[in-house]
Amino acid sequence: MTVAATLRLGCVLMMVALCGVDRSAVAADASSAEGAKVFQIDIRNFAFAPKTITVPAGARVVWTNRDEEPHVVTSAGAQFTSSKALDTSDSYGVTFSKQGTYTYYCSIHPMMVGTIIVQ
Amino acid sequence: MQDVHDNPTEGRRQFLKCMAWAGAGTLWLMKSGVLHAQPLGDGTAAAAKDASFSFVQISDSHIGFHKAPNMDVAATLRQSLALINAQANRPAFLLHTGDLTHLSRPDEFDTLAGLMQEAHVGHTFYVPGEHDVIGDNGAEFFRRFGERQQAGGWYSFDQGGVHFVGLINVLNLRAGGLGSLGADQLVWLKNDLAGLSSDTPLVVFAHMPLWPLYPAWGWGTDDSAEALSYLRRFGSVSVLNGHIHQIQQKVEGTITFYTARSTAYPQPAPGVGPGPGPLQSVTADALHRYLGIRDVRHVRGADALAVTEEVLS
Repeated sequence: MTVAATLRLGCVLMMVALCGVDRSAVAADASSAEGAKVFQIDIRNFAFAPKTITVPAGARVVWTNRDEEPHVVTSAGAQFTSSKALDTSDSYGVTFSKQGTYTYYCSIHPMMVGTIIVQ
Repeated sequence: MQDVHDNPTEGRRQFLKCMAWAGAGTLWLMKSGVLHAQPLGDGTAAAAKDASFSFVQISDSHIGFHKAPNMDVAATLRQSLALINAQANRPAFLLHTGDLTHLSRPDEFDTLAGLMQEAHVGHTFYVPGEHDVIGDNGAEFFRRFGERQQAGGWYSFDQGGVHFVGLINVLNLRAGGLGSLGADQLVWLKNDLAGLSSDTPLVVFAHMPLWPLYPAWGWGTDDSAEALSYLRRFGSVSVLNGHIHQIQQKVEGTITFYTARSTAYPQPAPGVGPGPGPLQSVTADALHRYLGIRDVRHVRGADALAVTEEVLS
């Protein structure tokens, strides 16, 4: 690999890191880089908390797994992209630009259900 | 146990060792749908002598888990396999009832496959747990561990006059629901059993419990009642599951349900505490009390078929 290619790869990796899940650790009233408000949902004791959340259009919702068990955030009607397996302390964020009611669940513990109402 | 009063710490350790020993000494005898427990001893030897064959069930090895209470799940699985290898009578096969891995990662599957080669058994049958099908609906699991009988992954086989059925109940799960078998698998199961005489002993296994053990924690299967309706005409049915990391049993007519312990970590009893998940408070000393493998012997008795079960660890 050339030096230039290595640098390019480095930049790509840095961008991935900046755009990835790391930013999701911000508090609920924080804003994302795009200026959208961020709403936190904790996954704890095999439940989403809060279970139902109402957010304005354009808000970013970030789930963080506080359990020792992995969880997978999955849209019930494939309305948004599912997360990968979230291990302890992993986060996953989705920006909701359209109004509507979004039901989701954990694909490996399907009794875990939550709702996002976008106004 | 003389040192109990002399050294509290050592006394507790000794007590736990004794408990472990006592835990190893239970033989389960199932006769005509009723489960009998007896301590290991002369009775065990007699039961083993009558066995036409035996097999071993292990479950929930969760390779990749590395937190309290078990930082080394590979080591505890290895201990279980060593116990199996130490059996005087070689088991006909090994059964792994799912959650081989913690996160369905290829390196976790690699580790599990490598460890399982240490078992001195002819064949290991697997069914997936929900931890084995994350992200790819089980494609990697089935590629490595599938029996390749049916597109959906379910299968059946016969051993010593007993019909075994491996079911998949961790795919296509519905929001708000429990485990699921699905219409295709139910049709197959009905056909698979259709040609069998009612006196054929059945052993049916799947990862999640096939009875509503504790639905609030997801411990059950939505359409298990339909499957069970196909089993009721048979005189001897054993249903073996994993998932809940503890032994729970139930007898319903001629059907006896068992859930196995995990080789990795225990979970709380149904409804005890805020939710399922690893029992983190278990100390390293006590962990082996909660882990396990089971050895099921098929006994051809004089007048009735029975399955005897022995907890090995």
